[in-house]
Amino acid sequence: MARTDGILSPQADKSTHIDQAGATGSGPPGPSATGRSSPPTGKPSLSWWARARRDKVLLLMAVPGLGLLLAFHYLPLLGNLIAFQEYLPFVPMGRSAWVGLDNFAVIFNGDAEFLNALKNTVLITLVQVVFVLPAPIALALLLNSLLSERIKRVVQSVLYLPHFLSWVIVIAIFQQILGGSGLINNVLRSQGIETIDFLGNPDSFIALLTSQVIWKDTGWGTILFLAALTQIDPGLYEAARVDGASRLRQLWHVTVPGIRGLIILLLILRLGDSLTVGFEQIILQQNLVGRPASEVLDTYVYNNGVLAGQWGVSAAVGLVKGLVAVVLVIGANKIAHVFGEAGVYRKS
Amino acid sequence: MTTTNLQRPVRAPGRSQGIEDNPAIPVRVIKGVVLVLCCVVVIVPFIGVISTSIASQAHVTNSGGFVLWPDGINLDSYRTIFNGGVVLRALGVSFVITIGGTLISLVGSTMLAYALSRPGSFGQRPMLMIVLFSLLFSPGLIPNYLVVKQFGLLDSLLALILPTAISGFNVIILRAFFMGIPDSVVDSARIDGAGDFRIFWSIVLPLSRAVLAVIGLFYAVGYWNAFFSAMLYISDTAKWPLQLVLRTYVVNNTELSSGDLGGAGADQLPPQESIQMAILVVSLVPILIVYPFLQRHFAKGMLTGAVKG
Repeated sequence: MARTDGILSPQADKSTHIDQAGATGSGPPGPSATGRSSPPTGKPSLSWWARARRDKVLLLMAVPGLGLLLAFHYLPLLGNLIAFQEYLPFVPMGRSAWVGLDNFAVIFNGDAEFLNALKNTVLITLVQVVFVLPAPIALALLLNSLLSERIKRVVQSVLYLPHFLSWVIVIAIFQQILGGSGLINNVLRSQGIETIDFLGNPDSFIALLTSQVIWKDTGWGTILFLAALTQIDPGLYEAARVDGASRLRQLWHVTVPGIRGLIILLLILRLGDSLTVGFEQIILQQNLVGRPASEVLDTYVYNNGVLAGQWGVSAAVGLVKGLVAVVLVIGANKIAHVFGEAGVYRKS
Repeated sequence: MTTTNLQRPVRAPGRSQGIEDNPAIPVRVIKGVVLVLCCVVVIVPFIGVISTSIASQAHVTNSGGFVLWPDGINLDSYRTIFNGGVVLRALGVSFVITIGGTLISLVGSTMLAYALSRPGSFGQRPMLMIVLFSLLFSPGLIPNYLVVKQFGLLDSLLALILPTAISGFNVIILRAFFMGIPDSVVDSARIDGAGDFRIFWSIVLPLSRAVLAVIGLFYAVGYWNAFFSAMLYISDTAKWPLQLVLRTYVVNNTELSSGDLGGAGADQLPPQESIQMAILVVSLVPILIVYPFLQRHFAKGMLTGAVKG
């Protein structure tokens, strides 16, 4: 949820940030040491100590939130140090032996289990980019072309719902439909046809994952596209029609360019996340299909580290994964700039 | 299709945009069928889940464990789980986490966002950077686990709240909203002698009720749905939230004994399938209750962060 929720906000925020920084330079000097007036108060003519005292209430207000963020988002970065240690849970971190890059051997020497997890991860990402990303675009176009606002709203209410369900619920629901005693197999059985093992078949596991993601998030995914579609100037369609463009050509030459920026943005975000695939979703179903078919990097870290006790090795894999992800986001954003798109953030 | 394009009437007012409507009949039929199919695929499983939870024992057995439409209303499985035992306890835990967590999240996020929203305040830039950079990476499972362990939070409900209490995205959205509040409002309060906290509490928060509701629900749904953090940090089954009970007894199909259910119906339990579906319904209901509100305000709330500023 968190990812789509904020997709547009960092970008928007950058601009406010810049506006504000630009405005601060030129405002009139602040009126007094005690009253900070709201229009930006010009150059910090006060000493930093005086400003800190003036804003002490604001600073105090920031403490709980900032503290939580530092404690649970930044402090864990230190925990990555165990990637360079022979870590045992009952020995304090400070006293664990340092082992240099030994833990990274799985990655560099190509440990079979690790490579399998990497392969599955990349494969799942590719399949999902091809099948999951276009689904909300198609649905949004369909909804957007509806005549009746009322039907549109009803359909939206229905299709947004699965987004708010937890993965546990979604998988429980899928089991009721596709499981051994689920709806479809019950029908097959009553017709005397052989039942199908949808949930435990390693060969179709990726298809299962993908269909679950589509079921859960396609409706919700349309929100961004519907918003983008309303931004397209109706005059463009008018003009295209006057020029004799068919409906398909209008779609291709007006609609698609109108939402291209958004598609690229989502592709970038997905690329940055390409080593992260549905962790909860997979962990919940792993015992049915077995680890070879379902192991991805995140489950590898969990299974090998927390469950099998290889903390150092798992932390090493997690660390490399995190670093690669940051590089991917920044790289993808660069590529977007090269192609003249806004991307996630702009250089200021 | 193309030839008729030019003769179409001018777009009716109220319709904002899009390729011209009123396509040929077959196209309309196909569209309708596709949309109806989409809705059926989403709705039918819910109907089945509810039906199975209220169907009679004989009906559940005859239909192989999943009932699409019940033969009557039989609330035995609900009586069983509300009689006591794991499910009821987990329901309580989930409510505590959701309500407590949402309060902590809202207090922390709004105060931080407000501190970051006052132009030219001390230390704003570095603090904003801390929030923004937190969006760029996630610390990873093992380091997170170590930190929670170091703080002594293992097997504590706080472990399910504190690590996810502050979402950078939500702080940014709130900040954008607070920055949109007219300066004149804030200034007049300041002239009347209100301090920063007073302005926040009596002026800014009341003006932000809508966005607070949206962000609060964001957080609440997250807490209600959290499953893996509980699996990782909570080993004491008495502190299991509902999602973990759901995983154990529904997804993994562990049989619920009458001991698990507070000794209910020791002689005869309702069918397992019905109890399982009743647990599923119980975990769905809070989401369904807030859903109309979510649906109405979320799309808007989600875009405010983008449009504002």
